[in-house]
Amino acid sequence: MDDTILLVLRTLDATLRVATPLIFCAMAGLYSERSGIVDIGLEGKMLAGAFAAATVAALTGSAWLALAAAVLISMSLALLHGFACITHRGDHVVSGVAINILVAGLTIVLGNAWFRQGGQTPSLPADARFMSLDLPGAEAMAKVPLIGQAYAELISGHNLLVYVGLAAVPLTAWIVYKTRFGLRLRAVGENPAAVDTAGISVVWLRYRAVMICGVLTGLAGTYLAIAQNAGFSRDMTAGQGYIALAALIFGKWRPWPAFGACLIFGLLDAVSIRMQGVELPGIGEVPVQAIQALPYVLTVVLLAGFIGKAVAPKAIGQPYVKER
Amino acid sequence: MVETAIELRSISKSFGPVQANRDVSLTVAKGSIHGIIGENGAGKSTLMSILYGFYEADSGEILVRGAPVEIRNSHDAIESGIGMVHQHFMLIDSFTVLENVMLGAESGPLLSESTLAARTELERLEREYGLYVPLDETVGDLPVGQQQRVEILKALYRGADILILDEPTGVLTPQETDQLFEILKALKAQGVTVILITHKLREIMAVTDQVSIMRGGEMVAHRATADTNREELAELMVGRKVRLDLDKAPVAPKAAVLSAEHLGYTDGKGVQRLADINFTVHAGEIVGIAGVSGNGQSELLEVLAGILPPSEGSVSLGPITATPENPGDPEQRRLNGIAHVPEDRHRLGLIGKFSAEETAILGYHNNPAYLSGPLIDRAAVRADCEKMMRDYDVRPPDPVLQSSKFSGGNQQKLILAREMEKNPDILLVGQPTRGVDIGAIEFIHQQIVAMRDAGSAVLLVSVELDEVMSLSDRIIVMCGGRIIGEVAAEEADARMLGLMMTGIPRDKARNPDADIQVGA
Amino acid sequence: MSNAPRITLPAWIDIGVIPLVNILMALVAAGAVILIIGEDPVQAVQVMIQGAVGYDEGIGYTLYYTTNFIFTGLAVSMAFHAGLFNIGGEGQAYFGGLGIGLAVLAMDGFAPGFLIVPIAIAAGALFGAGWAFIPAYLQAYRGSHIVITTIMFNFIAAALMVYLLAGVMRESGNMSPETREFAAVSFLPFMHEVFAWFGVTITRTPLNLSILWALLCCVFVYVFIWRTRWGYALRTVGQSERAAVYAGISPPRIVLLAMCLSGALAGFVGVNELLGVQHRLLLNFSAGYGFTGIAVALMGRNHPVGIVLASLLFGLLYQGGAELSFEMPTITKEMVVALQGLVILFSGALAYMSRPWVEKVYLLARGGAERRAA
Repeated sequence: MDDTILLVLRTLDATLRVATPLIFCAMAGLYSERSGIVDIGLEGKMLAGAFAAATVAALTGSAWLALAAAVLISMSLALLHGFACITHRGDHVVSGVAINILVAGLTIVLGNAWFRQGGQTPSLPADARFMSLDLPGAEAMAKVPLIGQAYAELISGHNLLVYVGLAAVPLTAWIVYKTRFGLRLRAVGENPAAVDTAGISVVWLRYRAVMICGVLTGLAGTYLAIAQNAGFSRDMTAGQGYIALAALIFGKWRPWPAFGACLIFGLLDAVSIRMQGVELPGIGEVPVQAIQALPYVLTVVLLAGFIGKAVAPKAIGQPYVKER
Repeated sequence: MVETAIELRSISKSFGPVQANRDVSLTVAKGSIHGIIGENGAGKSTLMSILYGFYEADSGEILVRGAPVEIRNSHDAIESGIGMVHQHFMLIDSFTVLENVMLGAESGPLLSESTLAARTELERLEREYGLYVPLDETVGDLPVGQQQRVEILKALYRGADILILDEPTGVLTPQETDQLFEILKALKAQGVTVILITHKLREIMAVTDQVSIMRGGEMVAHRATADTNREELAELMVGRKVRLDLDKAPVAPKAAVLSAEHLGYTDGKGVQRLADINFTVHAGEIVGIAGVSGNGQSELLEVLAGILPPSEGSVSLGPITATPENPGDPEQRRLNGIAHVPEDRHRLGLIGKFSAEETAILGYHNNPAYLSGPLIDRAAVRADCEKMMRDYDVRPPDPVLQSSKFSGGNQQKLILAREMEKNPDILLVGQPTRGVDIGAIEFIHQQIVAMRDAGSAVLLVSVELDEVMSLSDRIIVMCGGRIIGEVAAEEADARMLGLMMTGIPRDKARNPDADIQVGA
Repeated sequence: MSNAPRITLPAWIDIGVIPLVNILMALVAAGAVILIIGEDPVQAVQVMIQGAVGYDEGIGYTLYYTTNFIFTGLAVSMAFHAGLFNIGGEGQAYFGGLGIGLAVLAMDGFAPGFLIVPIAIAAGALFGAGWAFIPAYLQAYRGSHIVITTIMFNFIAAALMVYLLAGVMRESGNMSPETREFAAVSFLPFMHEVFAWFGVTITRTPLNLSILWALLCCVFVYVFIWRTRWGYALRTVGQSERAAVYAGISPPRIVLLAMCLSGALAGFVGVNELLGVQHRLLLNFSAGYGFTGIAVALMGRNHPVGIVLASLLFGLLYQGGAELSFEMPTITKEMVVALQGLVILFSGALAYMSRPWVEKVYLLARGGAERRAA
């Protein structure tokens, strides 16, 4: 019984760790899409942030500088996307795809040119990374059955960025529903003309949304490169940006449901890692590729099965042009 | 000495090669109701958009209460005390009334600060002007008349004492229009200046003190309303004498070709849009459906056209019968001699990026006349398009020109040509003259009557009561998805039809003493 | 801020000059990247041009890459015309190749070449279309965002192929994840072989007869989209779903049609790679071609002529890029991927950014000409 509890806790623990980049990206996407800007480029911004963080960490040895660099780079890409979509009224999806492809190529070119390791950055020492934090009293609590164990295993011992990611959800909910900025943000995604005639700048509002998106994807990339792992490797995002977008859609562009979807993905990943090599009755050993493909299959299933037609913000993807 | 609320001096504005406003000057007296009238494309909306900061004029001055001001955006306009109620409401459907009014006028970064203050102020305004609206209802659920009141409240909440209304009555019943005019008079009594943009002569005569007429981007004339009449205004709007009535031969209808029986339609969200619809249309007659927009007429047209499937009952159109199990589709309709001129020509009737000749075969691209083997016969298509353009005076008569580059009236004529030249047995027409200039309106009306005289059964849906009354042989009134009653054209008048459009049955509506208690 | 187009520019400027300006901007941006990593962009360009067209073998390789891009470019453009963004070209090409491999492996023991090749091509189309079918169906009938589902299917295809090629389909005794070699009867002749039949000697390159199939597909796509009623229906759906319904067209069916045709076209990459060059089914043979197809379609304005030209350009870039990574090892072949992203950005999202300047230059030039004429 004790073992099972421990197994469950460890799995949930892993869930949080795996879900963190998804949570950051889903929240990032929420700001952008609620304002009417489709963001397929979460993947690219996260990857760029990861590269920036790993590079700066390798060069300076400071995790905090690395974080700053990642946020800066991701925000720049977010501004580029905003420039294309808001100022030039370009197609949002095309812009997002362009950025993803650009980043995929650029990170390897730059990485190879600077580090000569085939696109990887050098492995980072622990003090250039974000490591696990033990919350106060964790060791003492570990002896207390169930609650104490949960505290010690599940809640304590995570990376700083995991806690930041978890905090981002209620913070986002508060901003979007309880502040003036949030009211205007939601409005501009539904009817930008109404916002314009109320005397508010549609453009500035959308740029702010896009910048917040940049900050959060930068955090996601930082987590990937210097917290969860010890450096950047090519294509390390492996589609998580798209999965986060699917989680956001599945959560109907609301913070807590999207968070729930991210946890589902995280749980699935955590469970499937434990399934490697395990023999299932009737099927035999589960092929490792099936496990690898599982998150992608689940994404498709989620998008197909339960949503039907999720109601996106009304004005999403449409450039705002003053009508004559 | 009457104070001036607004003065515009020599305003000019171009969009590329198109000059929307040319040297326009206007003086609006404080506390008056001032109408601006003109055809579509005359430049009145552009002028008011400049006043509200939506656009910046290329040249000219704006003076508010005698002092020159610069209005670069809506914010500046609001600061100057100018408020605007747009033709297409600027509301967030998923927000409540309170949230919609607060948007942009919040008291601070946290919503909780703004809400109480806003609620108090709104309740005061409602009492003062008689503009009652439920503050916590979702705007999308409100009837259109109430949504318009939210728009007015928004302007007043921001301290507007100059109110611009752009085509406000398009979505209202005659009775709601009267109520709006009462509100405008109440505002005027409180010293608010009202500028009313419209193309409806009747409204100008009913409620304005002064009227300015625009044509082709220029300000053509000013009149005191008491000193003019509809005929003079129409002539000034168009530049020539205009016939306001239509010559029509008496109707001689033959067999029934369209027959609806207990027809019903429930939409995807479970809302019943049509209930128990029963009516017939005969060959050689025009049946007009009158009603305020949003009462099921659009759905009726789309069910008849095969775009939407009926949920209950049936309708027979010529040789085919549409039922919930067997709804058919637009292609089947066309193959059986039923043509459809859609209400929304921009979204349904044409493809902006297609050339005129490609638009001319929209819906008929499987027609063997246009095909040779697996390919499209371009020569046949072009020849047909040229014929359509000749017969219906579409300008410029260029089949290769992009459809979006034609004016609204010419686009509509092309679509009518496409549907009418197939000599349909049944012609379904929705809003045939929306956004079309007066000259083309005459022509289009004549064509519709010509189809009827040639033996087609015509079903006309329009929110312009004048149009329905002048074209139809019989008028059916709809309200809330049901048919309220049927009136022969000779018997119908605007008042009676207006009452029926709010749901009052025909016999009661006929009674000249019937008191109107229209729901708020 | 960009307002509605101010003047109507003549067609040749819209179709010719502005796309050219967009490409130039992408190239300049790429040049900036090269500078950042400490190399000389001018030298890089020289090496690339030399590598691509400076000698026979280079030209052959360039055209061999071009063939693939024509297929994926046509695939993306077919979907674009119906208003869909097919990012799944990678997976569809991959899966189409599976179809080709299965067909050949099943038949090359007994069937003659003139049977195997067409059947294999058909299998490629069928499997490619099949891989596009599920995302298409989900978009058409469930509203699932096709961009996300096709990307997911790319990942799933990759996993599937590793599983098959490392396992069931692997040639016994061979440690590499690939099938046995196809029998010679299924090979598409190389161009140097074809030329040899006519007594002309050209350098050995992977360029093969599939390029003729690619050009044939261009003709087919053009006729289909602009000269048939199905193409008309497709374009109508791409412009306005509501107008399509009004016109009696069923948007879900068109979505399926467009995506399946798109997938089929992508599947033809295998005709070049597998029947023409590799002669066996192996991992990652389609790598990157699907994404390049997006850049090619956007650059070529979704028109077959433009696509051929854009494919040529990217063929040049690929071959030049390979040469470049050899001569200047700091610049890896992923530089071309980055360049693709820039091309998509400037030709797709920022397509009209240069319009105001082009307009100014045009007006100046026209004004100057009028003054001279007066």
